[in-house]
Amino acid sequence: MTTTTDEIRIFSATGMLGAGFRESSLERALTWDPHVLGCDAGSTDGGALALGTATPHHSRPTTERDLRLLLRAGRAAKIPVIIGSAGSGGCDDHVEWMLDIVRDIARDEDLSFRLAAIYTEQSKDYLKERLDAGQIRRLSSNVDEMSTELIDRATHIVGAAGIEPYVEALEGGADVIIGGRSTDTAIFASFPSWRGGFDEGAIWHAAKILECGAACAENRLFGDAMFCRLRPDHFLIEPPASELRVTPTSVASHSFYETVHPYLMPEPSGTIDMGGASYTMDGDRAVRVEGSAFHPADEYTIKLEGAELVGYQSFAIGGIRDPVIIAQIRPYLTEAAARSKQRVQEILGTEIAQAYHLNFRLYGIDGVMGPLEPEKDTVPKEIGVLIEVTAPTQDLANEILRAVRKGLMHQSVKEYSGSITSLAFPTSAEYNRGAIYRFSLNHVVHPEKPEDMFRLNYETV
Amino acid sequence: MAMLKDYVRSIRSKNAGPFWLTFDVMFDDDDAYRKVRDAGVLSTDRIQQVYGVAADDIQIVSVDAARAIKVSIPRPLSQGALDDGDVLGGQQYAPLLTLEID
Repeated sequence: MTTTTDEIRIFSATGMLGAGFRESSLERALTWDPHVLGCDAGSTDGGALALGTATPHHSRPTTERDLRLLLRAGRAAKIPVIIGSAGSGGCDDHVEWMLDIVRDIARDEDLSFRLAAIYTEQSKDYLKERLDAGQIRRLSSNVDEMSTELIDRATHIVGAAGIEPYVEALEGGADVIIGGRSTDTAIFASFPSWRGGFDEGAIWHAAKILECGAACAENRLFGDAMFCRLRPDHFLIEPPASELRVTPTSVASHSFYETVHPYLMPEPSGTIDMGGASYTMDGDRAVRVEGSAFHPADEYTIKLEGAELVGYQSFAIGGIRDPVIIAQIRPYLTEAAARSKQRVQEILGTEIAQAYHLNFRLYGIDGVMGPLEPEKDTVPKEIGVLIEVTAPTQDLANEILRAVRKGLMHQSVKEYSGSITSLAFPTSAEYNRGAIYRFSLNHVVHPEKPEDMFRLNYETV
Repeated sequence: MAMLKDYVRSIRSKNAGPFWLTFDVMFDDDDAYRKVRDAGVLSTDRIQQVYGVAADDIQIVSVDAARAIKVSIPRPLSQGALDDGDVLGGQQYAPLLTLEID
């Protein structure tokens, strides 16, 4: 579709669907006559569990509340509603979960529309074929090189879609689009790209600002919506909520929020370049942004996200106050770990003794920063100890933690004779954290065609 | 001796995806921004000293339009990996606050 319009007005509901926005902000924005309502529903902030287990990070009631308001408004104004990275991880089960909520809302509210679902989960066979063809590469050295083992170990692998499947869905007449994992910007860049007539730099920069909702406000008092007026060569950003305020600095600062580079951002089809952007006030409420560019890529690439099971974890919490023990905390805990291993071997055998991971997280020393902590020699008054055991099953994790805790509790130091109790436990409980997952992929795939990696399905609700 | 915290409007750290950590050092006025930018306080050497990561992996870029300096490093432990203690990467900026400025 290549209709030229002077302005496209885009409403972004909130930074993550389910995080909430004010109904009054939506009402206000609707008086500004938006062309499209969008919301990002994905995040890796919650860790790899959501993707690993295909369980959504946000709850159904919070998601349903936000989605209901958007669907009602979208249908009343007869404008598309676009949701991307459904269910936080954007795997197929997450998309199904959200489609189910959409259908329930449609029934409740007596709404009827053309619903498009974009599936972005990747088949392992397809990825192995691309791997054999030499078309997968890793993006950083702190992740394994791609291999069939790495693919097989992941429970779910998604490809972050660009605008292409969204544009196709809009072209296909979708009123509501529920997308799997997508780049955050694709959700908002798709509609103006489909309509045509707008500078790509402005489209993508606007999309980067919009995807976090009100996060670009100077005073983000509450999670809320953001509004954009996209013009052929610039855009205006304005918060619908009168309590919120954007400034040139707040919008400029948000342009590089959560990105590796301050003004270059890779997308499947090219790179957003915000280096030449200027930010000025336009009236009292809006910031005008212009001067960004979009450099098309030589090679179209899709970034993969995958999660694999690390194991099952149990933990216990304790604290140490004795300065004699604190002064020798590292060797003290090294000895505790060695004794524990011996004890586990006695109870559970050599194989299991080799198969668990024990971590003493020391709050007061480096519990927050771990390997990045520069002040490793500071001697605190007390140390909070989080004892974490990760093992192949939950039962084993629990059993091993119990052995570690019991051993540590009465481990003495050479300065004392007789029995001591060296840790203060606020409770004698051992806690089961359950399965833990890690992100295992930071790679890109070069598909023969973008559509090879995404599937589009329509239904009439 | 003045410290970075005396000059900044705010400092934040956050994941840039599960494998990168990024620090945004932001200033209210041009003078403070230029002073810090030009004093080399946020240099590859200093960041390497503070966080102990390889110099080749450190990216530092200043953005005049936003009066900000961005530093990015690969996470030694990826987000949520075993032993990672900061799932969002939100508290990793603390040692930057006390960097001394001549």
